[in-house]
Amino acid sequence: MVSGNPEVMRKALYDALSLPAFILLFTMMGFGSLAHGAGFGADMAALATVFIWGLPGQLAMVELSATGQGLVAIVFACSLANARFLPMVVSFVPAMSSGRTNLCAMLLDAQLLSINSWAMCLRQFPEIEPRFRRRYYLTFASSILLAAVAGTLMGYHGAVLLPASMLLGLIFISPLFFALVLAAVPGRAERLSMLIGCATIPIAHVLLPSIDLLITGIIGGSLGFAAGKFRPKRHAD
Amino acid sequence: MLTESLWWIVLGCGAATLVWRVLGVVVVKRIDTRGEFFQWITCVSYAMVAGLVLRMILLPESELANVSLPFRVAALGIAFCAYYLCRRRLVAGVLAGGSSLTAMVHWFA
Repeated sequence: MVSGNPEVMRKALYDALSLPAFILLFTMMGFGSLAHGAGFGADMAALATVFIWGLPGQLAMVELSATGQGLVAIVFACSLANARFLPMVVSFVPAMSSGRTNLCAMLLDAQLLSINSWAMCLRQFPEIEPRFRRRYYLTFASSILLAAVAGTLMGYHGAVLLPASMLLGLIFISPLFFALVLAAVPGRAERLSMLIGCATIPIAHVLLPSIDLLITGIIGGSLGFAAGKFRPKRHAD
Repeated sequence: MLTESLWWIVLGCGAATLVWRVLGVVVVKRIDTRGEFFQWITCVSYAMVAGLVLRMILLPESELANVSLPFRVAALGIAFCAYYLCRRRLVAGVLAGGSSLTAMVHWFA
C-alpha cells in the first residue's frame, strides 16, 4: 500500500511516464496535425486539448470544421462524442472524495478526467491508501495533460518525421492500452456491461453513428447491471 | 474559415464537453454512491468506454482505417498474448501489439 505525499507523487509520475504520457504525446500529435490542416491556429489547437480534453470530441471538431460545417452542428457533434464524461465522472469522482463535498475540487477533478487517467487510476487505486488517491490522480492527470499539449504543438508544427508504418503502430498503442486495462477490470456486472457494450457498438455504429456510444452505454450498462443483480445461486458458500 | 469563427468553435466545443462534466458532478452530489443508481451508471460508463475502445480498433475513423482489419485484430491478439506472458505488464503488451502492427504494415501492406 502506497502512502505519503512524496511517494504517491513519485508513483504517479512514474506511472505516467511509463506509458500514458507517451500515448498522449503520439495521439495528440495526430490531432495537432489535423487541426493544422483544418486551418486552426496553434494556440487554438493547444487550448482545445486543454479545454475539451477528450480526443473523440476534438476529432469531431477538426473533421467537421475541415468539411465546412456550421458552428452549431460542430458543437453538437463534439458534445455527443464526449457525452461519456457524464457517467465517467459519476462513477469515478466518488472513488477519491469519500466524505469530501468541496464543489470546486470536484469540478477540477471532473475537468481533468480522461479515459487514460480513469483507466490508470482504476488499476492503481487498490495499491494506494484512500486519502492519497486524489493526489495520485491530480499528479497523474496533470502530467499527461502536459504531454498532450506538447504533442498537440509538435504535431501542429509538423514534427512527425516517422515512416507511415511506424506512425500507425504508435496510433494503435492507444486503443491497445485501454483494451488491456479494461480486460483486467474485476466485477461481474462491470465485465458483463463491457461484453454487451462490445457486442452492441458495431450494430449501433451502423444504424445510428452519431449516438452509437450513448446507445451502447445504456444497453450494455443496463443489461450488465441487471445480469449482475441476478447472479446464480452459489452452493456451500 | 475566419479566425474569429474558429475561436468560437473551440470555445463552443470546450463548453459543450464541460456541460457533461458539470452534470456528472451535479449527479454525484445528489446520489448515494452506495445505491443502485450509482451501480447502474458505473455499468453504463464501463459499457461506453469498452464500446469506444472496440470502435477505435474495429471501426477506426483515424488513419488506422487504412490498415486492413485482419492486421488490427492480429496485433490486438499479439498484445494480449505478450501481456499475459510477461506477467501482466502493460508496457510489454502495448509494445508487442504496436510493433507487430508496424511490422505487418511494413512488410505485407
